[in-house]
Amino acid sequence: MSATSEAIQAAPTSRRAKDTAFRLALMACLGVSILLLGVLLYDVVRDGVGHLDWHFITSFTSISADKAGAQAAIWGTIWLMGICAIFIVPVGVATAIYLEEYADNERWYNRLIEVNIQNLAAVPSIVYGILGLAFLVRGPLSLGNTVLAGGLTLGLLVLPVVIISGREAIRAVPPSIREGSMALGATQWQTIWRQVLPASIPGIATGVILALSRAIGETAPLIVVGAATVIAFNPEGLDSPFTALPIQIFSWIQRASNDINDYRPLAAAAILLLMIMLILMNSVAIWLRNRYEQKW
Amino acid sequence: MADASLAAGVRLTRTPTPRSRFEAGVKIALISASLVSVLTTVCIVGSLLFETLSFFGEVPVSDFLFGTKWSPTFAGEQASFGVLPLLWGTLYLSLIALLVAIPLGLLCAIYLSEYAKPRVRKTIKPILEILAGVPTIVFGYFALTFFTPNILQDFLHLKVDLFNALAAGIIMGFMILPTIASVAEDAMSAVPQSLREGAYGLGASKLQVSLRVVFPAALSGIVAAIVLGVSRAVGETMIVLLAAGAVANNALNPSEPHQSLAAFIGATAGGDAPTGSIEYKTIFAVGMLLFVITLIMNLISIRFVRKYRQVYE
Repeated sequence: MSATSEAIQAAPTSRRAKDTAFRLALMACLGVSILLLGVLLYDVVRDGVGHLDWHFITSFTSISADKAGAQAAIWGTIWLMGICAIFIVPVGVATAIYLEEYADNERWYNRLIEVNIQNLAAVPSIVYGILGLAFLVRGPLSLGNTVLAGGLTLGLLVLPVVIISGREAIRAVPPSIREGSMALGATQWQTIWRQVLPASIPGIATGVILALSRAIGETAPLIVVGAATVIAFNPEGLDSPFTALPIQIFSWIQRASNDINDYRPLAAAAILLLMIMLILMNSVAIWLRNRYEQKW
Repeated sequence: MADASLAAGVRLTRTPTPRSRFEAGVKIALISASLVSVLTTVCIVGSLLFETLSFFGEVPVSDFLFGTKWSPTFAGEQASFGVLPLLWGTLYLSLIALLVAIPLGLLCAIYLSEYAKPRVRKTIKPILEILAGVPTIVFGYFALTFFTPNILQDFLHLKVDLFNALAAGIIMGFMILPTIASVAEDAMSAVPQSLREGAYGLGASKLQVSLRVVFPAALSGIVAAIVLGVSRAVGETMIVLLAAGAVANNALNPSEPHQSLAAFIGATAGGDAPTGSIEYKTIFAVGMLLFVITLIMNLISIRFVRKYRQVYE
């Protein structure tokens, strides 16, 4: 009799111990991931914060590590983001509108467009670089190693992000809004332009910012389309040669290991600058999402 | 949207008004915008195929796919175009990354989906999103200037080269971890509550519910998460380029430099290879191989995701 009651008590305790151990293991895994992010940020701040000052932002790169700055890279990145945004906003939003409001899902060509966008979202970024090199820099368009070619390459790369988030934003507008508008005699386009789009702008803007924050950190495609590594002027037009923050970081890291000058702190300072821009963009996206999110 | 196309059909039988002409014009403009993405795919495949075919005009296909020596930039007789060392480097680095990312990512997903309170989840998910948003060049910098010298060499006393596959692979694992964790968590959260309640009703513990009910039920989504992670690791350029060195290597030793398909493209295209040279064509042949590998994985992943959506939604 006593043996059975012991057995009944013993089972739940060992089970509870196992449960607790598993819970601890789960938290440890999460802890390791967060710890790595913390160490990474700490390392970059420690290496770079000493160099991140007004001089660094306003000077051009130089052989001498003390005098070097990232002005050309900062302006190059701003130009790239501008071109990228001008390209992805109309094309991405128009595609999202077509797929949500017009396309008949039963048609094979509309399904093809959808699967195609899903696939494009997962194509490695360096393959977009090859596309840019073969079609934009050389070949049919022959734009050369210009900031226009770089911006368009990044635009093609992040276009699926804008389309996918744009579609979600448009889908979130309830059908009753459309039906109300149509019932008052508006055409389909008037309904979209005056009712659906204004209601989904916060979601679309969030998607655009997230797309740009992905584009701003991309290095590989810019290497392939021929961004310059040593450049001492800002882009002056669409046909200007350019460099960008990630490219500047890459070139400084590669130079660090074989020179009397130590370029590593410069790379870290540029990384800090890039991360600050990223955090600002993401904060705006989160703020937009929380401020204007509508519950219908 | 069937109503809208019906309305358009009715309108066609009438004489077009300025308003209906405008509506039709808008639709055409929208369709042409959505063709940009289709055109992108066509141009990717077209550019890769064109130069790759021309590459195979100079190098036999079998030499490329089955050759074990990769030295395409050497002059004349010394040049060799066997892609296996690059393929091995790609798979090997991805494997190291997965050994880190699969256990960590899936356990994070189980914690977030089954164990974490809503408030905890609300703070942890943004942290994982930040990790996902860190540019890969930053991970590369970290692997090369901190992880290899400070952790692997000084702290763990491992005899590794400055450029080595181990550091690149492990850091790449942390890069893909948020992808795996978030897709897997979506799949687990989509498992209906009734399955969990049924198991609890039969006396199962939380551990048993998580591992024997939710995990198997979400398996197709979890597979999709892993395949997506592999596809990101295979296509990753900057971490490998910075931290794993630029030597195509057949060896099994993770302390040596290794090169992947993507890193080779990054290293070679950075120089100004003239159009039409064999060096230029090599970039496209390697790019084609990379594109095909990732395409197959993406299609598998999309299929698995669709499977779990069909079951529960």
